[in-house]
Amino acid sequence: MRLPFFKRAATFEHGIHPAYHKETGSLPIKRMAFAPRLIVPLSQHIGKPAVCCVSVGQEVSRGQVIATADGFVSLPVHAPATGIVEAIGLMPAANGKMVDSITIRVYEADSQEVRVCTPRDVDSLDKKALLAAIQDTGVSGFGGATFPAHVKLSVPPETVIDTMVVNGAECEPFLTCDHRIMVERTQDLIRGIRIAMKVSGAPRTVIGVEDNKPDAIAAIQAALPADGSITVQALETKYPQGAEDTIIYALLGREIPAGQRPASIGVLVNNVMTLAYLGRLLPAGEGIIERVLTVAGPGVEKPGNYIVPIGTPLRFLLEQVGAKGSAKEIILGGPMMGMTISSLDVPITKGTSGVLAFGKGELPEETPRVYACIKCGECLNVCPKFLNPSQLGLLAAKREYAEMAERYNLDRCFECGCCSYVCPSHIPLVQQFRIAKAVNREKASA
Amino acid sequence: MSMELRTSPHQVSDRSVERIMKHVVLSLLPVCGFSIWQYGLSALALLLTVTATCLATERLLNRAAKQPSTLNDWSAAITGVLLALTLPPAFPLWMAVVAGFVAIAIGKALFGGLGFNVFNPALIGRAFVQAAFPVAITTWVPAFSAQRFTELVPTTLTAPLMMPPDIVEWVKLQAVDAFTGATPLARWKFENVVASSYDLLTGVVTASAGETSAILILLCGVYLAARKFMDWRIPVAVLGSAALTAWLFQLYDPTHFPAPTFVLLSGGLMLGAVYMATDMATSPVTPLGVWIYGAVIGVVTVMIRYFGGLTEGVMYAILLGNALTPFIDLYTQPRVFGTRQGKKK
Repeated sequence: MRLPFFKRAATFEHGIHPAYHKETGSLPIKRMAFAPRLIVPLSQHIGKPAVCCVSVGQEVSRGQVIATADGFVSLPVHAPATGIVEAIGLMPAANGKMVDSITIRVYEADSQEVRVCTPRDVDSLDKKALLAAIQDTGVSGFGGATFPAHVKLSVPPETVIDTMVVNGAECEPFLTCDHRIMVERTQDLIRGIRIAMKVSGAPRTVIGVEDNKPDAIAAIQAALPADGSITVQALETKYPQGAEDTIIYALLGREIPAGQRPASIGVLVNNVMTLAYLGRLLPAGEGIIERVLTVAGPGVEKPGNYIVPIGTPLRFLLEQVGAKGSAKEIILGGPMMGMTISSLDVPITKGTSGVLAFGKGELPEETPRVYACIKCGECLNVCPKFLNPSQLGLLAAKREYAEMAERYNLDRCFECGCCSYVCPSHIPLVQQFRIAKAVNREKASA
Repeated sequence: MSMELRTSPHQVSDRSVERIMKHVVLSLLPVCGFSIWQYGLSALALLLTVTATCLATERLLNRAAKQPSTLNDWSAAITGVLLALTLPPAFPLWMAVVAGFVAIAIGKALFGGLGFNVFNPALIGRAFVQAAFPVAITTWVPAFSAQRFTELVPTTLTAPLMMPPDIVEWVKLQAVDAFTGATPLARWKFENVVASSYDLLTGVVTASAGETSAILILLCGVYLAARKFMDWRIPVAVLGSAALTAWLFQLYDPTHFPAPTFVLLSGGLMLGAVYMATDMATSPVTPLGVWIYGAVIGVVTVMIRYFGGLTEGVMYAILLGNALTPFIDLYTQPRVFGTRQGKKK
């Protein structure tokens, strides 16, 4: 069923209405102090890791390139603070792996101004120069996929983009950093949108914002250019409204054909924070050295939206916001798709949109009694991809992973978690699907 | 600080098997209450006996299978209460015990318990005793008899393995007006007398313990559907297709076939559509599948009533729908996002 004519907010079919906990949405962005040591991984994006161009013991200035991009699908890394390179080597990352990182000891007495920057007139640059400039900023998608921004904006010559969708849905509970960016950095956002439209050739832009952020919609509305090329559209507050498939469907009524990219239907999707940072960094000629993220959850005393230098260790960040000793679980990202971390020594990276802390008993029971599937069918009613999680779960229990992919479209699942959210039998559906996909991948590569 | 790891999603809803099942049981309490008010001690004894048998059987089989108790998922209680409501109020208790045992042991545990059963357990129990005790299951008693709260119907306490006594004389003594000893469906079938919709709605008719008041069952169903503990599409499909079929027959021959309202309100259709056909484990999961399933049950019910040897067809129609469920699911898989052409705008 498409939107009934009387419904104002655009939306997609299925999905869930979790408790949103968006209390931090009204708190202005604050700057967080510099940690004594920053750990900057060389790979914070999808693509080839950057190549380190500094050595141990070298002094670096805030904003200076410390690792260069290795080819087109790669991004440079900039020094998030003025200090001295203390170590270059393997450090733990959030996903549990060890990754090559540069550790910088921050000069405490330094004023920490951005010293390395080359302000420029963005309007005078042509497409090619703009793309190179975008790559130089080191910006990757802040929405979660961490896809390098310049790669996404490089539209192949045979592809025609008719609409750019700007994703301001922020449908994950707790997270409000996109919300604050839209309210406080509206001009940056509009500037970023203009640059992205110029580079991609998109003649029009639709900004989608969930209707639980009326102040963001109003702020954008007031800043829109008069030519009507950019519009803002309220979206129903519903999870996962901000997924690529769902936001395109909600705003444009188009479905991305299974297994293809949005460009195949003439659409480009960018996250609001990605564009707002481009609109801020490009004219200033700076690289990405910090990001706005939400720190929230019952386990912290000072929840809010903070500008955090890239490389800030979680332990330091949690001390700054007054993490309670009872905090047992730290989630990076939102509660629906984010991941828990095993160590507080991992750093904040470009892709970290939120840090949530929970104590014991503040999250659902770790191992509730799992019943057999009672075939209530609620998972089919909520799956935004119209899959049959019930059947997939029954097959996963029998380890028929190949059948799951061949007959029941396992690969279309993007692990949004709606099925697990509603399952009355507490079957860990999403986790079963992850395992199934991993097994299938391994079989395919073998 | 020791960290705990777990996989997303980290936030889940408060839906649980126990909660859904408990609400189904609670929503049945008004129906039970009305039944007891109508039929008195015999109905109360029947409800308690069947439910207790179902719970005891479930626990016994848990123990036999060396599994933890599954009583707290409330599903055995649903089976017990529903089964009791489909039996005649004066059904001999020992036969009720047989029905309860068969429902859980053969209808559910044999398949592997909750979620694995193919047929609605309560209907398996009912089908078994209908075949085994054809006379007892069609022996009806009048509602609102004067002594219903002080004495049991003579058949209720029939000694185990004995046939129940004839109660024609006892019924005459009750001196309840207009009691015919036949259900509205039987009266229509054999005497071509159509009961009034008002009587059927309010439940002042001869029927099984919990099938009398269509409006009460409907209200309880609306509550369940509103709280999302039941799939509203199934009763809508069952009642809709039954009404449509009945309406077509009435168009064809109004003198012989009754109005759709009679079909909807009489017999066990309302209880079946709202509480039996909606059993989650034995109904389809796909959005299209539930409509097909409901439609099949509605049509088959009317066909059995009109052209079968039985006066009532709901039970067999639902069991047939249960049997078709895996096939319906298989051939009505949802069309995955990205395989249809949306309207461009």
